[in-house]
Amino acid sequence: MDLKFKIWRQDGPEAAGRMEDYELTGISPDMSLLETLDVLNEQLIANGETAIAFDHDCREGICGTCGMFIDGRPHGPLTGITTCQLHMRSFEDGATIHVEPWRVDAFPVIRDLVVDRSAFDRVIQAGGFVSVNAGTAPEANSIPVRRADAERAFDAAACIGCGACAAVCKNSSAMLFVAAKVSHLSLLPQGRVEAVERVRGTVAQMDAEGFGGCTNTGACEAECPKHVSMEHIARMNWEFVKATLFSRE
Amino acid sequence: MLLDARIPEGPLAEKWSLYKSKIRLINPANKRRVDVIVVGSGLAGASAAASLGELGYSVKCFCFQDSPRRAHSVAAQGGINAAKNYQNDGDNVYRLFFDTIKGGDYRSREANVYRLSELSVSIIDQCVAQGVPFAREYGGLLANRSFGGVQVQRTFYARGQTGQQLLLGSYSALSRQVAKGRVTMLPRREMLDLVLIDGKARGIVARNLATGELERHSAHAVVLATGGYGTAYYLSTLALGCNASAAWKAYKRGACIASPSFTQIHPTCIPAAGEHQSKLTLMSESLRNDGRIWVPKALGDNRPPGDIPEGERDYYLERKYPSYGNLAPRDVSSRAAKEVCDAGHGVGPTGLGVYLDFKDALARDGRDTIASRYGNLFEMYLTITGEDPYEVPMRIYPAAHFTMGGLWVDYDLMTTIPGLYAIGECNFADHGANRLGANSLLQACVDGYFVIPYTLGDYLADDIRTGPVATDTPAFDEAERGVRERLDRLLGVGGTTSPRRFHKQLGGILWDRCGMVRSAKGLESAITDLRALREDFWRNVRVTGRADTLNPELERAGRVADFLELAELICHDALDREESCGAHFREEYQTEDGEALRNDEEYKYVSVWEHQGDGEPPKLNKEHLEFANVELAVRSYK
Repeated sequence: MDLKFKIWRQDGPEAAGRMEDYELTGISPDMSLLETLDVLNEQLIANGETAIAFDHDCREGICGTCGMFIDGRPHGPLTGITTCQLHMRSFEDGATIHVEPWRVDAFPVIRDLVVDRSAFDRVIQAGGFVSVNAGTAPEANSIPVRRADAERAFDAAACIGCGACAAVCKNSSAMLFVAAKVSHLSLLPQGRVEAVERVRGTVAQMDAEGFGGCTNTGACEAECPKHVSMEHIARMNWEFVKATLFSRE
Repeated sequence: MLLDARIPEGPLAEKWSLYKSKIRLINPANKRRVDVIVVGSGLAGASAAASLGELGYSVKCFCFQDSPRRAHSVAAQGGINAAKNYQNDGDNVYRLFFDTIKGGDYRSREANVYRLSELSVSIIDQCVAQGVPFAREYGGLLANRSFGGVQVQRTFYARGQTGQQLLLGSYSALSRQVAKGRVTMLPRREMLDLVLIDGKARGIVARNLATGELERHSAHAVVLATGGYGTAYYLSTLALGCNASAAWKAYKRGACIASPSFTQIHPTCIPAAGEHQSKLTLMSESLRNDGRIWVPKALGDNRPPGDIPEGERDYYLERKYPSYGNLAPRDVSSRAAKEVCDAGHGVGPTGLGVYLDFKDALARDGRDTIASRYGNLFEMYLTITGEDPYEVPMRIYPAAHFTMGGLWVDYDLMTTIPGLYAIGECNFADHGANRLGANSLLQACVDGYFVIPYTLGDYLADDIRTGPVATDTPAFDEAERGVRERLDRLLGVGGTTSPRRFHKQLGGILWDRCGMVRSAKGLESAITDLRALREDFWRNVRVTGRADTLNPELERAGRVADFLELAELICHDALDREESCGAHFREEYQTEDGEALRNDEEYKYVSVWEHQGDGEPPKLNKEHLEFANVELAVRSYK
């Protein structure tokens, strides 16, 4: 395949960015998009130019490191996959592919396609856990968990923290990310104990980081590579209402 | 060097309890005055940092990723073993211990492995309490499945994403300690040297990967949890950032590396599609519970798999190993796949592939049941290859996966440098010459949650009055200068070849000559070629960009330079071991029907390599293994 690229280049956090044009020929449809960027970087290095910086690691869709806007959509034109799982067979021969970093105020650009997503870590630090020290847990089977609840908790826990939800949202809202953690833990008896503190803490941190509010457009669910459902946002809102109206402490 | 594994006295089953009752404790007020550095934030690193923070130590945790949640433990699919005996099928701590020792082909230390099995029970309790959504039965109790190499159902799992869920559990525990101020998390940092003061590990020099700044961090002890180095093979199932650099710096500072050639080649990976392949994706071997592995009996049979009648298929694992069949251990399965492909029976465009067929399981259990077990794996396969495994059999081939070898540690998980510990995959401790499926998550958890908090405490009891370790000292100056010089040297070579190309060549050498089958001749030529490649690297590498910004090419170049040195050590190790055991199969040492020929008379030891200076051959030390509780047997899965 012969392809054209328009890729965001930015030398540093404070530098102005720009779209640069690149061309590649002889790309195999079985290559992934990241492998194609590898080839492009090899070409740049051969010409003595600086390689394009992009975040990536596992290249199998589970670590959540990669993430870029491809032709105007997070993780590209397919649904249910991350950028590293996108193969060139999804593009037409001769296509021009636009690649940009996440555009979210709470995720500032570090360089080229690399952004700082540490805001997500701080949200989790604000309550996305069960307070149980190593060595203090009760026997695992002493608390049975309804199978359907465990499965639904898993659906939420499958979030990989890539940031596509906030990146696609017109409000740059991180509701789906926050809801995934709140919902995962509130569905399990082990997590219920701290449900009030968790939803208050994480929602407050989400606001403090500068993420926008949720207006239920559903773009996050549509673009989530792990199919995390908006049902979890509804559950988080219910938890938040309970924590606000019915809980005294 | 005199190696002392410091194995506690007493009967095997009581060693750990006796040990714990004898170690020194530190009172809570004093713990606050003790600093610990943890390098790596995977399952082992995050659980260690969190657990040490919970105890009250002042902890700094480093990772090269943008967040600790990205560490490669996240990608482990299949599950975690624990001797809970929830299935009432005769499992117990001794059996898990025995299976691990046997699976490792009798090249691991009894006392460590027994402790691993013993603590497996508490790990499940811990993870469930954290909210890890393990699979459950309709009655609400935890579900189990069986895994390669064993005959009981002791593997706990969370669909095909067990590693992700366990890692997120340890990440949440770590996050809690960060919020409490007990752990300072430093992401996007790479450890580039270890600092020793008076012979003890007292700090590291790290590079801030976002800004390029070099940083000095001191502590009273350093814990490495830096994972495996399977990426030395270029194509592997590992994340692309996985590297050996931290461990290699430690080696150069005096920590020994044990059995580095014991690399597990995983039998069930998606075959490479072409020359630009950057990594190989693993398909969990839990698939082997229901999938049947076969190749066409006829040479060059190019018919679509569905057109090949039953009688013309060779279910070679079921044929050769009737009692274990498709669940034969990883090394045995991998070699068998290589054998049939080398003989010309391989399938797919490259001929390097075998079928993993779910036709019978789908007919027996129905699509819904199979989807509930492996749905996400089937989807992943479809995404990568464009083929639907519900309709056509998967194609799989072995790939480099897990490194059993690593930094040598004693029973306390301390390396040969006082105050430097190694936990999880970066040490050599528990898996011998071959790791049992679902034991890697177990080891990472056990080391981090339950071993290091005790053993490190005993060591640190001497440091309650030491006070903060200064970083404006000659040892830190020297280390930082060395790091800076090397970065400048990498950027200054000014050659024409990218670091990735060198890495690819290196991987080719290791895969062909130190992969599934090794020989003295191949290894000797590999060592010669590696030396030449290393020289070529330092003459012709081209690293673009600068040192004072985020620069992934510079990071890669440093890691490849270290791999080029480590690779030679790997080959020395494989050359020295004139036997076949576990993942290490020497062509010269096999039985008449092609099975591994172990030599317990001469090689019942752990090879412990000691650095002798750049350009000098490494020195071999031996830790002789004693087996008082298992009988050494030929590992047979027939």
